[in-house]
Amino acid sequence: MAEERVKEVKLGGPGGRGMRGMPRAKVDHPGQLFMRLMKYVFKYYAVHMIVVMICIVVSVLASVQGTMFTKTLIDSYITPMMGQSDPDYGPLLAAMGRVALFYGIGIAASFTQARVMVYVNQGTLKRLREELFSHMESLPVSYFDTHSHGDIMSVYTNDIDTLRQMISQSLPQLLNSAITIVSIFSMMIVLSIPLTALTVAMVFVMMAVSVWATKTSGRNFVAQQKNLGSINGFIEETMSGEKVVKVFCHEEECKEKFDELNEELYQSAYKANAYSNILGPITSQLGNTSYVLCAMVGGMLALNSYLGFTVGGLASFLTFNKSFNMPINQVTMQFNSIISALAGAQRVFALLDEKPEADEGYVTLVNTKMENGRLVETADHTEQWAWKHFHKAEGTTTYQPLEGDVTFNDVDFGYTPEKMVLHDIVIHAKPGQKIALVGSTGAGKTTITNLINRFYDIQDGKIRFDDINVNKIRKADLRRSLGVVLQDTHLFTDTVRENIRYGKLDATDEEVEAAAKLANADSFIRRLPKGYDTELTGDGANLSQGQRQLLAIARAAVADPPVLILDEATSSIDTRTEKIVQDGMDKLMKGRTTFVIAHRLSTIRNSDVIIVLEQGRIVEQGTHEQLLDLRGRYYQLWTGKKPELAS
Amino acid sequence: MIKKLTKYIGQFKFATIVTPFSMIGEVICEMVIPVLMGRIVDKGIYGKDMSYIIHTGLLMLAVALLGLMFGFIGAFMGAKASAGFARNLRKAMFDNIQMYSFANIDHFSPSSLVTRLTTDVTNMQNAFMMTLRMAMRAPASLIIAMTMSFLISPRLASVYLVAVTILSVFLFFVMGRASRYFKQVFERYDDLNESVQENVSAIRVVKAYVREDHEINRFQKAAMNIYLMFCKAELNISFISPAMMFVVYTCILLISWLGAHMIIQNSLTTGELMSLLTYCMNILMSLMMLSMVFVMITMSQASAKRILEVIEERSTLQDPEDPIREVSDGSICFDHVNFAYNAESKEPVLKDICLSIRSGESIGIIGGTGSAKSSLVNLISRLYDVTGGTLSVGGHDVKAYSIEALRGKVAVVLQKNVLFSGTIYENLRWGNRNATDEECREACRLACADEFIETMPDDYNTRIEQGGSNVSGGQKQRLCIARALMMKPRVIIFDDSTSAVDTATDAKIRKQLSESIPDTTKLVIAQRISSVENCDRIVVMDDGRINGVGTHEELLKTNRIYKEVYDSQVGSSDDADFDEKR
Repeated sequence: MAEERVKEVKLGGPGGRGMRGMPRAKVDHPGQLFMRLMKYVFKYYAVHMIVVMICIVVSVLASVQGTMFTKTLIDSYITPMMGQSDPDYGPLLAAMGRVALFYGIGIAASFTQARVMVYVNQGTLKRLREELFSHMESLPVSYFDTHSHGDIMSVYTNDIDTLRQMISQSLPQLLNSAITIVSIFSMMIVLSIPLTALTVAMVFVMMAVSVWATKTSGRNFVAQQKNLGSINGFIEETMSGEKVVKVFCHEEECKEKFDELNEELYQSAYKANAYSNILGPITSQLGNTSYVLCAMVGGMLALNSYLGFTVGGLASFLTFNKSFNMPINQVTMQFNSIISALAGAQRVFALLDEKPEADEGYVTLVNTKMENGRLVETADHTEQWAWKHFHKAEGTTTYQPLEGDVTFNDVDFGYTPEKMVLHDIVIHAKPGQKIALVGSTGAGKTTITNLINRFYDIQDGKIRFDDINVNKIRKADLRRSLGVVLQDTHLFTDTVRENIRYGKLDATDEEVEAAAKLANADSFIRRLPKGYDTELTGDGANLSQGQRQLLAIARAAVADPPVLILDEATSSIDTRTEKIVQDGMDKLMKGRTTFVIAHRLSTIRNSDVIIVLEQGRIVEQGTHEQLLDLRGRYYQLWTGKKPELAS
Repeated sequence: MIKKLTKYIGQFKFATIVTPFSMIGEVICEMVIPVLMGRIVDKGIYGKDMSYIIHTGLLMLAVALLGLMFGFIGAFMGAKASAGFARNLRKAMFDNIQMYSFANIDHFSPSSLVTRLTTDVTNMQNAFMMTLRMAMRAPASLIIAMTMSFLISPRLASVYLVAVTILSVFLFFVMGRASRYFKQVFERYDDLNESVQENVSAIRVVKAYVREDHEINRFQKAAMNIYLMFCKAELNISFISPAMMFVVYTCILLISWLGAHMIIQNSLTTGELMSLLTYCMNILMSLMMLSMVFVMITMSQASAKRILEVIEERSTLQDPEDPIREVSDGSICFDHVNFAYNAESKEPVLKDICLSIRSGESIGIIGGTGSAKSSLVNLISRLYDVTGGTLSVGGHDVKAYSIEALRGKVAVVLQKNVLFSGTIYENLRWGNRNATDEECREACRLACADEFIETMPDDYNTRIEQGGSNVSGGQKQRLCIARALMMKPRVIIFDDSTSAVDTATDAKIRKQLSESIPDTTKLVIAQRISSVENCDRIVVMDDGRINGVGTHEELLKTNRIYKEVYDSQVGSSDDADFDEKR
C-alpha cells in the first residue's frame, strides 16, 4: 500500500535558513537579554574575548591613524614640498613607513580577531546547543504536551542561527563601530568643536529616521510572520488532506483560498522588505548632506581663519565626517538583525529556564544476592533486583525484592489543577497479573499508565510500587523497572539491532535476537536487506506499522522489566496477524505484571482484572465472567446490545 | 534552471527591470559625489572660494537627493519584485500540486511540500532581491569607480586594476571553498535536526527507558561534527577581511606615495588624490559584494531545485481528448487488471484481477494488512491508473471519463480520512457545493451522525478544528461518510471507514444505506466480518490476488482465509470498539 510517510514538519528547513532578519516576537528586556548573552559568552571565553577586544582596538586605531595620515600627507608633506625645485622625499618615505608598520599591525590584529572569534562563536553555539538538548531531556513530559514540536525545533535551528549571525557579525561590528566612533569623535573635537556639533546633530537626524524605518519594517515583518504562519497552516492542512481534496474535486476552492492568503503575505512581505531596504539609501544620503553642511560651514570658518582653523584641517575634518558616518550607518543597518537575534536569545533562554522534572526519590534499584538468608547488595549482575530503601527515622537501610506489585489508592489526577481527569482510582495489580484497561476515548486509560512511571505526578492519593510510594523511588530506577510499548511506535535513526538494544544498552547480540524471536519479529527482520544491521530512517518509515510495533515489543522484551505497560500495542495489526503477535505478547507477559490497553476486547478477555473506565472513573472491575454477569457497561460492549456508546 | 524560474516573474517584470537600473542610478550619484567632494576641497577650500563651495555643495545636495530617489525606487521596486516573484512561485507550486494525481502526492511527503512552499520560497525571495539590488549595482559601481579613476589618472588607476585582479582571484578561491564547506555544514545540520526531532517526538520512549544520557551523548557527537565543520568553513572565511585590509592599505600607501610625487610635479591635485582614495574603498567593497551575491546564489540553488521539482512534476493522470461526462450506472468491471505503484517494480501490487459488479450490488472486501484491498478500490475512481488490463465503470473504461465527472459519481470514504477546519456544514458541502441545509441533515441521518451533531454546542454550525481534533474517531468517520453521501454517487466505496464505529451503529448505517440508496453500488472494505457478512458478495483478497468470491455462507465453507479471519473474531460477538481507534 502506498501509505504516505508523514513526518513531523521540519520548520525552517535544513539548517533553518531563510527566516533570518525577521523579528518574530517582541523582545521584553533587550538590555537584560543582551547582558545575559554576553555573560554566557564571557563565562567560557573571557580570555578569548579580551584578546578579541584588544585586536579590534588595535585594528581600529591602525585604520584611524591611516585616515589621519591623509591630513599629514597633504599638510606636512605635499603642501610644503609643492613649488620646491628639488623636493626631498626622505621624510615622506619615513612617515609612510611608520604608517605601513601600523597598518601591518592592524592587519595582524584583524586576522587574529577573525580567527579567535570563530572559536568563540562556534564554541558558544556548540555549548548552547548541548545545554539546550541536555536540559530538554530533563524536562517533564508535560512540557512536550504544551509546546508545539515545531516551536521547539525552531529554537535549535532558526534561533541559534540568528545568534550565530549576531555573535559572528553584529557583535564585532558593533564593537568596531563603537571604537571607531569614539576615536574619530575625539579627533573631530580636536579639529573643530562647532563642526563636530553639526556632525553629531546630523547623526541624531539619521538615528531618528533609522528608528522610524526599522519600526515600520519591524511592524510589517511581524505581519509577514503572521501571514506566513496562516499560509503555513493552510498548506499543512491541505497537503495532509490532499487526497481528500482530490476525491471531492475540491481543487479550485483550495486555489482560491490559497490565492487570498498568498496575496496578504505578498503585501506584508513587500512592505517589510521595502522599509528595511530604504534604511541604507536614507542614512547614506543624510551622511552626504552632513558632509556638504560641514564643507559649507567649515569653508566659512577656514577661509576666515576663524579660531585658527586651517584649510588642511577642514580637509581632514571632512574625511573624518565621512569615516564617522560610515560606522553609524553600519550600526543602524544592524538594528533589525540584533532585534531578531535577541528575540532568538529570548526563546533559547526561555527553554533553558524551564524547570526540569523534579525528582526527590531516594529509593534505588540495586543488584542483590542472598547471604545467610538476608538480601545483600552486590556489584555483580545477579539480575536479582531489590529496592534499596534508607529509612531516615531509624537510620537503617532495608532491601526489598523487586516483584512488580502496583497499587493505586484513591488517586485523583488532572493535567491542570482546575480540571481533574481521574477520580478515586483504586487498583491493585499483584505480581504477574494482567490488568486490562478499557473505555472510550478520553476515559483516562493512558493517563493511568502515565502515572505509574511518573510522567505526571498525582494530586491526591497514593501509588505504591512493591509497597513503596512511587514518589520515594528515584525516577530513573522506577522507569527502569517498567517496560512500555506505546501505540505510536517511535524508532530511531540507527540499525534494527540498535533500536532493539535501546531497551538495554549492554544487551549482547544474542539477547537482542532472542528478544526479537520472542516478539515474533525475528523472521521479518531476517528478510530485510541487511537483516539486523538494516538502517532505519525517518522514524522507521521503511517499515509497515505492524512491523514497527513488533520492534517496539522486542525493545520492551530485551529490557526484561518486571512490569509491562502495553498501550494499544497491536492496534494497527489486522486480526489474523495479531494472532501471531499475540503469541509473542503472551510469552512476553508471562510472569510480569502487565497493564494492557486495547481496543479489541477479544485480546484482553483472559485478563486477571478488567477495569472499565468512564470519564475518569472506574465504573466496573473484575474478570471477564464477573463483568458479563454484572450485565452492565462491559456486557453491553461485549454483546453490542446498546446502539450508542459514546457521548 | 534560472531561465525556468524567470518565467515566474510574471507581472513584476517592470519592477524587476526598474530595480537594477535605479540601483545603477544610485551608484552613479554615489560616484559623482566623491568628485564633487574633491572639487569642494580643491577649488573651494584650497582655492579659498566660498561661493564655489556653496554652489558645488548645493549641486552635491541635489545629487544626493537624486540618489535618495533612486534608492527609494530601488528599495520599493526590489521588494515588490522579489515579494511578487515569491508569490508567483508559491502560486505556481500550489496550483500544480492541485493537478497532482495520488501517485504524484505519494512521491512527495506533505512535510516536504510545506517546506518547499515556505522556507525554500523565502530563500529564493531573499536571493532574488539580493541579485536584483546587488548583482547590477556592484559591477556598475566597480566599473564606474574604475573609469573615474582612469579619467583622473590612468597611471594611478592601474594600481587598482592590479589590486582588483589579485583580490578577485583570491575571493573566488576562498568563497568557492567556503561555500562547499557551508553546504556540508547544512547537511550536518540535518543530522542534528533529526536528532532533536526524534527526541522531541519520542520523548516518552526516551524517558520510559531512562535513555536521556544516551541521547545526550548522541547529540553531542552531532553537535561536535557541526562545530568542527563550521570552524573549518569560518576559518576559511576569516582570511577575507584581513586580505581586504591588506589590499586596501597597500593601495592607499601606493596611491599616496605616487600621488604625492604627481602633485608635486603638478600633474595631480590634492582633491583628485582624495577622490582616488575614496574610489579605492568603492572598488574593493563592490568586489566584496559581488562575491557575496555569488555565494548567495550558489546557496539558493538547492532551494531552486526543490521548487522546480514541484512545479515540473507532471500529473500522471490526464483527461482524455473527448471525455465522457456522465456516469450512466454503477456497474464495475475489472478485466485482468494488474497494478503497481511504481512502474519499475517487478512485483505488482494487484495481479490479474477479474471481477464484475452489477449496478446496485453490495460487495464486501476482506483481507489482511497489505493484501491490496485499498489499492483495488482506489483504481475505481481513477485515483491511480491500472498498469495492465482494463477497468470500466458504467460500461466505459475509466480512462474515457473526465476525471471530475468520474470522481463526482464514484464517492470514496478514504481510510486515512481528514476533516478540514470549518463548520460541519462547510465540511459536508465538500460533497456538494450547493446542498441545502436539509440535504446536509439528511446525509447525516443516513450516516448516523445526526445524533451527536445535535448534542454539540452549535449543532451543524459547530467548528471542526484542524484535523478534526475535537471529534472522536467514530464521529469523524460518520461525518466522512455523510460528506461522501452528499455527492449522491452511483458508486460509494467505504475503505475501512467504520472501524471506530461500534458494531450496532455500523449495522444501522448499513441498513439505512441499503434502504435509501438501493441503486448505488456499495463496496465495503472492513476488518470485521460483521461489517461485510450481509453483503451480496464478499471478495477475499490475499497478497494482491482475489482468493475467493462468494456469500458469507459459501466462503465459510470453501475459503480457508475467510474461515480463519472469522474464527479469529468469533467468541466476542466481534470487535467492540470503544470508538477510540483514531
